[in-house]
Amino acid sequence: MTILQEHAPNPAADDAGRPIGYGRLQRKEDPRFVRGRGHYVDDITLPGMLHGAILRSPVAHARLVSIDTSAALAHPGVVAVITGADLLGLGLAWAPTLSADVQAVLVTDKVRFQGQEVAFVVAEDRYAARDALELIEVDYDVLPPLVDARKALDPDAPVVRDEMEGRTDNHIFDWEAGNKAETDAVFAAADVVVSQEIVYPRSHPAPMETCGAVADFDAVTGKLTLYETSQAPHAHRTLFAMVAGIPEHKIRIVSPDIGGGFGNKVGIYPGYILAVVGSIVTGKPVKWMEDRSENLMSTSFARDYIMQGEIAATKDGKILAVRTSVLADHGAFNATAQPTKYPAGFFHIFTGSYDLQAAHCSVTGVYTNKAPGGVAYACSFRVTEAVYLIERLVDILAAKLEVDPAELRLKNLIKPEQFPYPNKTGWEYDSGNYERALRLSMSMAGYDDLRREQRAKRDRGELMGIGISFFTETVGAGPRKHMDIVGLGMNDGAELRVHPTGKAVVRISVQSQGQGHETTFAQIVAEEIGIPPEDIDVVHGDTDQTPFGLGTYGSRSTPVSGAAVALVARKVREKARFIAAAMLETRPEDLEWEKGRWFVKGDPSVGKTIAEIAMGAYGTVALPEGIDGNLDAEVTYDPPNLTFPFGAYICVVDVDPGTGHVAVRRFVAVDDCGTRINPMIIEGQVHGGLTDGVGMALMQFIEFDESGNNLGGSFMDYLIPTAMEVPDWETGYTVTPSPHHPIGAKGIGESATVGSPPAIVNAVVDALSPFGITHMDMPCTPARVWAAIQGRPRPPI
Amino acid sequence: MQITMTVNGTDVTNEIEPRVLLVHYIRDVLRLTGTHWGCDTSNCGTCVVLMDGQPVKSCTVLAAMADGHAITTVEGLATGGTLDPVQQGFMEEHGLQCGFCTPGMMLTARALLDVNPHPSDTEIRRAISGQICRCTGYATIVRSVHWAADHPAGLTEADAAGGDPSALDDSAGTTTEPGAAAAEAAQAIPAAETEPEEVTA
Repeated sequence: MTILQEHAPNPAADDAGRPIGYGRLQRKEDPRFVRGRGHYVDDITLPGMLHGAILRSPVAHARLVSIDTSAALAHPGVVAVITGADLLGLGLAWAPTLSADVQAVLVTDKVRFQGQEVAFVVAEDRYAARDALELIEVDYDVLPPLVDARKALDPDAPVVRDEMEGRTDNHIFDWEAGNKAETDAVFAAADVVVSQEIVYPRSHPAPMETCGAVADFDAVTGKLTLYETSQAPHAHRTLFAMVAGIPEHKIRIVSPDIGGGFGNKVGIYPGYILAVVGSIVTGKPVKWMEDRSENLMSTSFARDYIMQGEIAATKDGKILAVRTSVLADHGAFNATAQPTKYPAGFFHIFTGSYDLQAAHCSVTGVYTNKAPGGVAYACSFRVTEAVYLIERLVDILAAKLEVDPAELRLKNLIKPEQFPYPNKTGWEYDSGNYERALRLSMSMAGYDDLRREQRAKRDRGELMGIGISFFTETVGAGPRKHMDIVGLGMNDGAELRVHPTGKAVVRISVQSQGQGHETTFAQIVAEEIGIPPEDIDVVHGDTDQTPFGLGTYGSRSTPVSGAAVALVARKVREKARFIAAAMLETRPEDLEWEKGRWFVKGDPSVGKTIAEIAMGAYGTVALPEGIDGNLDAEVTYDPPNLTFPFGAYICVVDVDPGTGHVAVRRFVAVDDCGTRINPMIIEGQVHGGLTDGVGMALMQFIEFDESGNNLGGSFMDYLIPTAMEVPDWETGYTVTPSPHHPIGAKGIGESATVGSPPAIVNAVVDALSPFGITHMDMPCTPARVWAAIQGRPRPPI
Repeated sequence: MQITMTVNGTDVTNEIEPRVLLVHYIRDVLRLTGTHWGCDTSNCGTCVVLMDGQPVKSCTVLAAMADGHAITTVEGLATGGTLDPVQQGFMEEHGLQCGFCTPGMMLTARALLDVNPHPSDTEIRRAISGQICRCTGYATIVRSVHWAADHPAGLTEADAAGGDPSALDDSAGTTTEPGAAAAEAAQAIPAAETEPEEVTA
């Protein structure tokens, strides 16, 4: 595999100073967004379009006794009302999930979570559709709900999935990684062992744009065009072919501009399927857009891991081993989105950034009467949970050993010369210089001064906390020999066409939800073949226009699709060499590349630019044998390994002892994502993830009462950080390229979401350490912090 | 009922149901889709428009309540073909990612600058505190508003040179405006083990 650029760099800027390649560059997508000309799903209006609305269950667990839709059907403007019984007749009442389970599209037998889909109304406008929901009469026979995952495996627990033949419990899977016997032996011999139950609570990605679709089925041609809020349009196309029985070549999925995804828009939701059914039934296009409560209560949640963690060390602070057993609450349907072989995602990277002798984890997944999901919200397939666990354990160990948490980390980090580093659960970390990143973050933060300030404040009774986290991510899934989703290998394609006048179009299989693909992918092509980014259009989000690939999630766009784009550009560059040789009447091996141009070795004045070569390719130049008359290429990229971005974060908080309010005063984030394509976009990705971290650590929480009522069903209850809750972020970086990635890039989209929650919680616990507190579960709300200070039991929220 | 209002300088009159929300009137009747909808509970602010120059959340204003008033949406921010400095600032300082909250953020920024041409960080944060952005973490939005405050006439030729290729990466550094300590720290870190010329190709 080629590492980095094998060609000579050049100054790489146009007359206006814009980079032709990597560097800070304004986004190509911004001009339409700042004019209000973005084109989101809800902006689509088709001729004759109808509007759908979903009736949802008010209770968490109940037998469906009867549904009476007659009044709704009689309501002015209503065109159709669809129930589970109707779908049974069409064979569409249940749909496969991304985890080899099935999910009810509409309830046929039993409601399994509050907010579950019960009926679908199609009407002439959105108000009429909503009005008609009120007119549907449903008789529920309420059952006791299973809310607490800890009780899911009790013999007398209500069975959530009793429709499955022979099922008498709520167990989904057991999964493990690492070597248990080896790990237990290290623990048995260790000087120091600390244990802690650590809960990563249920959270929700809550993108600003909720989920929705416009389905347009043409009964004459048999073609379905589905405009969707989808992070993975190609995978959705294949799944729709499997679900709906429409041949795949008759399905076109279009994901237009997407108003944020964060994992929320990976799965296929009942609403999408209902819009399609609605369009088939009525013969007209049908739009369905969920409201905010529907989004929070029914679409993919995130996290919900109860982790029993243990860490073993010598008395002088050498960490030896970690082990954990996890109870995973998957809700009513196993609908997590992760590679098939890994039911707990990539949680087994919970060994973190430390050189260990042994590690073992076991994960048990269970059903409960809650919304399905589990892998969502910028988590890199459960790396959030893994990093939170190890980084909390290391801090608890530091407290036990009475050593500084930074010092303890520095002592145990994997050293640069140990890469590629095989960890104890089967990963091979590609590259890293961890100590350099941690020392940079400490210098930026002024770590020693902060500790001095903290001591002075403690003497005055003020509560200041300093929290550190060091994380290693595993992203860019993934090698097809190990990774697939519902049988689809996790690869991505790219096609590049250079037009006769030297302008280019690159078509990619991943889908932006705000990450700036139209800019960065143009920059990758520009770096490789020297065409300015503004002369390169990036086409994405339309399955009729782009090559197949698995989409954008798990920070995989740059590691997988970015590699595909670099390689397709190199293919074009190599083809251009042969055409240039023909044009210059010389041999290809006598040519040398500089960005944008092939020239004769030893005679730089004789050469051809990419634009000249393109015109030659499509023109009348006599082409060598085996070279077609175009300047196009396509590739599908199968990554040889994942990439392992890392970072060191330091958070400073002040806690008000009177109210329990936590203020994040400073946050220093040093990230290493390998080669940096557009530093401006990278910084933006980091800022967004840090803000998510503040939300998860201090504010956001999807909690349920004992009846299974969702207590986080609106933005009045599910609190998202505003500009007032977050500081002015301080970011830094190091660059340790991935040795196996064509351009050395590792991915950045989720690093900050993964790395920031432990830094913040570690800071809060550090602030509260004078009270003997060594752990707090997220979110550290004022009520919880105040209760902890007072030595009272933890309130629910 | 019949309502009449001025939207982006143009008088409009329509027959509507009294219960129609202003956001739906703007989006579905006037087909100005730059105004977005996000939550129904007045928390997210993606639906913010200006009513007589003041930011309002159009998901909790009835279209009927806007009768006789002047509404400005994102489509009315630019004058002629020239972008408002706020629009330019958001592009210059990466104040947007997915673009969904952006129209509301920019309109609030415009209303703030109209009464306070040189707001502080805190004043900007307070002004946008009724609005949620899930992508940017707000710091770049604050910078964008400062850019607009510093460029009341918008983009000049001197600003027009877009990127800064000299800012291509070294192997380590800080990307925020570093304090003295941070700047020193970046200096103090030894050069990367990897060859920087490979990284900066």
